[in-house]
Amino acid sequence: MYRYSEFDTEFLAERNAQFRAQVDRRIDGSLTEDEFKPLRLMNGVYLQLHAYMLRVAIPYGTLSSDQMRQLALLAEKWDRGYGHFTTRQNIQYNWPKLNDIPDMLDSLAEVGMHAIQTSGNTIRNVTADHFAGAAADEVADPRPYAELLRQWSTDHPEFQFMPRKFKIAITGAENDRAVIKAHDIGLQLIERDGVLGAKVIVGGGLGRTPMIGKTLSEYVAFDDLLAYLESTVSVWNQIGRRDNKYKARIKITVHEHGIDAIRAKVNERFLQVRPQFKGADMALLEEIKGHFAPPTFREASVASFESAYSNDPVFRSWVDTNISAHKNADHAIVTISIKKHGQTPGDATADQMRAMADLAQEFGYDELRISHEQNVILPHVHKSDLPAIHARLKEHELATANIGLISDIIACPGMDYCALATARSIPVAQKIATRFDELKLEHDIGEMKIKISGCINACGHHHVGHIGILGLDRAGVENYQITLGGDATETAAVGERAGPGFSYDEIVPAIERLVLAYLDVRNSEEETFLESYRRLGLAPFKAALYPEAQADAA
Amino acid sequence: MARAFTPKVVTANHLLEGDVIYLTATDDWSRTLSEAEVITDEAHAQVRLLDAERQANIIVGAYLADVALGATGPEPTHFREDFRRTGPSNYFHGKQELPPQPQT
Repeated sequence: MYRYSEFDTEFLAERNAQFRAQVDRRIDGSLTEDEFKPLRLMNGVYLQLHAYMLRVAIPYGTLSSDQMRQLALLAEKWDRGYGHFTTRQNIQYNWPKLNDIPDMLDSLAEVGMHAIQTSGNTIRNVTADHFAGAAADEVADPRPYAELLRQWSTDHPEFQFMPRKFKIAITGAENDRAVIKAHDIGLQLIERDGVLGAKVIVGGGLGRTPMIGKTLSEYVAFDDLLAYLESTVSVWNQIGRRDNKYKARIKITVHEHGIDAIRAKVNERFLQVRPQFKGADMALLEEIKGHFAPPTFREASVASFESAYSNDPVFRSWVDTNISAHKNADHAIVTISIKKHGQTPGDATADQMRAMADLAQEFGYDELRISHEQNVILPHVHKSDLPAIHARLKEHELATANIGLISDIIACPGMDYCALATARSIPVAQKIATRFDELKLEHDIGEMKIKISGCINACGHHHVGHIGILGLDRAGVENYQITLGGDATETAAVGERAGPGFSYDEIVPAIERLVLAYLDVRNSEEETFLESYRRLGLAPFKAALYPEAQADAA
Repeated sequence: MARAFTPKVVTANHLLEGDVIYLTATDDWSRTLSEAEVITDEAHAQVRLLDAERQANIIVGAYLADVALGATGPEPTHFREDFRRTGPSNYFHGKQELPPQPQT
């Protein structure tokens, strides 16, 4: 875990004092809202439908138990007793009062956390593979580099007033769990001749113009990577469009100029930028790496785990669904579902946060992760502790065995909270989860990613859902469009629109017809929905979604 | 012939609390839509919006929202305004959990 240096601590204290004074000046009338708004956004403060919202960064999704407990404290002391984990590994508080927010930020600073650059046209919180440092399949832990990027991008003078926001994701594995191809820059760590570097992907993004990222460089060695990234952002900062916010993201710049022209400009800029990097970044990276040294994994018998696995079917089901392979064979990665059927995806109460913090401290080498799929992870757990962890999770309604299944839905806050939303997302997610739980089909259906956005900005990643749902306002009524065949992994793809949208009351039955059709057409129980879709195309699913159209044609 | 003017209310968010408020006929702000001044004339609507915007030390983001006249006063015509006067649908939070508020 990264521990703040004296510099980090002082920087944050000064920044928080500045923001406190800015809030005071807004309240006493010396700042207008137009003057104040960019200042509050730079500190993660939005004004939503019913209240302010504070978005707190969880850099690369990593938390200690103390940090998680502090998030619980904020929820209880200044909010409504819960927090909402987001698709960018952040946490949002939906009900803070403006004059409490400076105290909330000071409270976060006590545990080395902040809300800086969680909004605004800056480089946003750097996200990472939530299994980083634990996954069996990674080349190296990407988080030291992510922390270097956090320090580089925080208050970077050149990158505070860019054409639009800029999002970076990083993974150390070929299996992409960080959606790197849907980010402005996606980085995949690669080793070449024993030297660590990264493949650099650029120009991915969702929103109203979804694009899959393109390869800018197959390999840049770590020594050159920061200079290369600075060059890339700087090229876009200069030629990115500022005339139209919908055409301002780097994906449009790459699309309009072409990846080859962008690469040439980046290489040209790199020649200027590189001499400015004299090795201090690499010295810093070495120091940061020390903070992320893996824990000393304890050795013990796994017999108690094996016995519980054989004898307790509820435990077995949870292990089969929520546990992933760890690089240490006696250890496991636990994904805690904060999506009990019928609950709001990504919400955790203060009590649940404390329960998870306690588990991390007792059994998990004091580490927690937040996934972009809005769940919480204990990255390092000895298998013999799994039965005890499962029992404790059950006490806090955190033992739902649904990871990767149809009720493990990503949903943005939608019109229940968000001022930009055009329709609700949360109740649609709740109803789908409840319905398939009633049908007892969830485990038969198997791997399924449903992703729901309440507007075209696509915070709910609907374009890359196996089933994507987009909520729109059609003539003053909520209307939901379905896309099929999206994929958020290394085989990333944007889903295809299935046809006309459905009303709020029709959307859940439509999803049910679609999924039942899949169960009919799959060629074996092993063939996933996405595989069936790729084999058969849209036709059988479209027929299930629009039976009237079929009847008319007959 | 010009289209009939849809009745409106002036609405905003409270600067400190952040919650939804409505302009009353006496230039105060209410947390209850039924207490809002219903504006039926376009020119008057623009004047009232200017009146609201002058209170920048109390409110944020004033705008005119369409309403229909119901039995107990103004009613939202769009679902977004209906959520604003009620609260989110996943928890019983926001205005729906509060008794009618006194005017501020």
